[in-house]
Amino acid sequence: MTMVIATTAELAAVTTILLLLLATPLAWWLARSTAWWKEIVGAVAALPLVLPPTVIGFYVLIALGPASPLMTLLHPFGVRTLAFTFEGLVIGSLFYSLPFAVHPLRTAFESIGEPSLELAATMGAGPLDRFLTVGIPLARRGFVSAAILVFSHTVGEFGVVLMVGGGIPGRTEVLSTRIYSLVESLQFGAAHRLAAGLVVFAFVTLLAALLVDRRLNAPRL
Amino acid sequence: MTIAVEIAVKRATRTAPPFTLDAAFEVPAHGVTALLGPSGSGKTTVLRALAGLDRHAGCIRFDREIWQDGSHFVPPHRRAIGYVAQGTSLLPHLSVAQNLDYAERRAPAGHSVRQDIVVRTGIAALLDRMPARLSGGEARRAAIARALVGRPRLLLLDEPLSGLDGEARAAMLAQLAGLLHDSRCPVIYVTHSADEAECLADRTLTIEGGRVAVACAPRSIRPAAGISGG
Repeated sequence: MTMVIATTAELAAVTTILLLLLATPLAWWLARSTAWWKEIVGAVAALPLVLPPTVIGFYVLIALGPASPLMTLLHPFGVRTLAFTFEGLVIGSLFYSLPFAVHPLRTAFESIGEPSLELAATMGAGPLDRFLTVGIPLARRGFVSAAILVFSHTVGEFGVVLMVGGGIPGRTEVLSTRIYSLVESLQFGAAHRLAAGLVVFAFVTLLAALLVDRRLNAPRL
Repeated sequence: MTIAVEIAVKRATRTAPPFTLDAAFEVPAHGVTALLGPSGSGKTTVLRALAGLDRHAGCIRFDREIWQDGSHFVPPHRRAIGYVAQGTSLLPHLSVAQNLDYAERRAPAGHSVRQDIVVRTGIAALLDRMPARLSGGEARRAAIARALVGRPRLLLLDEPLSGLDGEARAAMLAQLAGLLHDSRCPVIYVTHSADEAECLADRTLTIEGGRVAVACAPRSIRPAAGISGG
């Protein structure tokens, strides 16, 4: 059981860190670009919100299988497939939780407003400098929301991890797939305990998110 | 050394009458040049173009440097300017001292003028405050200090006294006159108040009806400040 919890926590933590790194530049670009086609990119980034997780899982599984063009590129490095591995789970989770990072970050970046960024520019700050010293600090609420949402959403994913990871005990089994296999084998008592644990976890994270957000929302005095 | 501006702006919106501005002037790159005109006349538009915050058709030249022409555009962070916009012109997430740090760290090489500026703008007691905790007048003084600490080659001020009245305004006007004179930095000073222009400026340009006129005489006490071209 501790193994399952550890895998779940590790998956959620790794996904959260990687996704914040990947989604931040994307969200910044979506918030600030004036390109007409940016909403096409925005829609693609939001697709995982409406796609069935099994569809995401299916495509990721195909892409990570030994015969895919992507994996063929990695064959010389001794990597045959990432399907049914922890790395595969991380890749699936990145797609699955992408909108949960992009959306709060984009909203936060959009709310910064032009005057502060223009002011930094007149003080001699170039684009990257403005992003790091004005964009990120003024969007800290967005980062907190994104981190909490991605983490809890990744803990709660089922379809993708089952498709990509197969729920192999000790390797790719996470809490949600464990509950499924417990129910399949009619171990309702154990399933109850895990399910209740996840309800408590979800409540605590959401409460924490709201409290942190309220604190950060206070004007800086 | 002169600052030359030649920009044309045409803006049509559904809600407001169309806005056109043909600003062409050349002023000496020293002393204070007031840009005087009623609100909505395009003063801020000219100032923002000088800062590089907006790009309109035309040319802008600072001394021998082309800041903007048909093919070339120097972005604001490479212009080494100081810009004080209307309202609170400070970064909201940094204290007054941190705002000064921010400007100073990105300033062109040179001697720090920070100590002197802090004392002369009277913001020594405000250094630890966040911008949200400053009164209107305090925020203006801090913003002007912030702009000067960056050792700008050109200082752009947009209505720095608007919203202040009575004693506070008079006091700051006197303070500003001394500061701007001693900074040895050319200043473009946008205002709608003729007496501010009279009190601070070496020369005044008026904007009205979408055109810039180089009508007002330079102040007599500084005869060196003349207007070349137009």
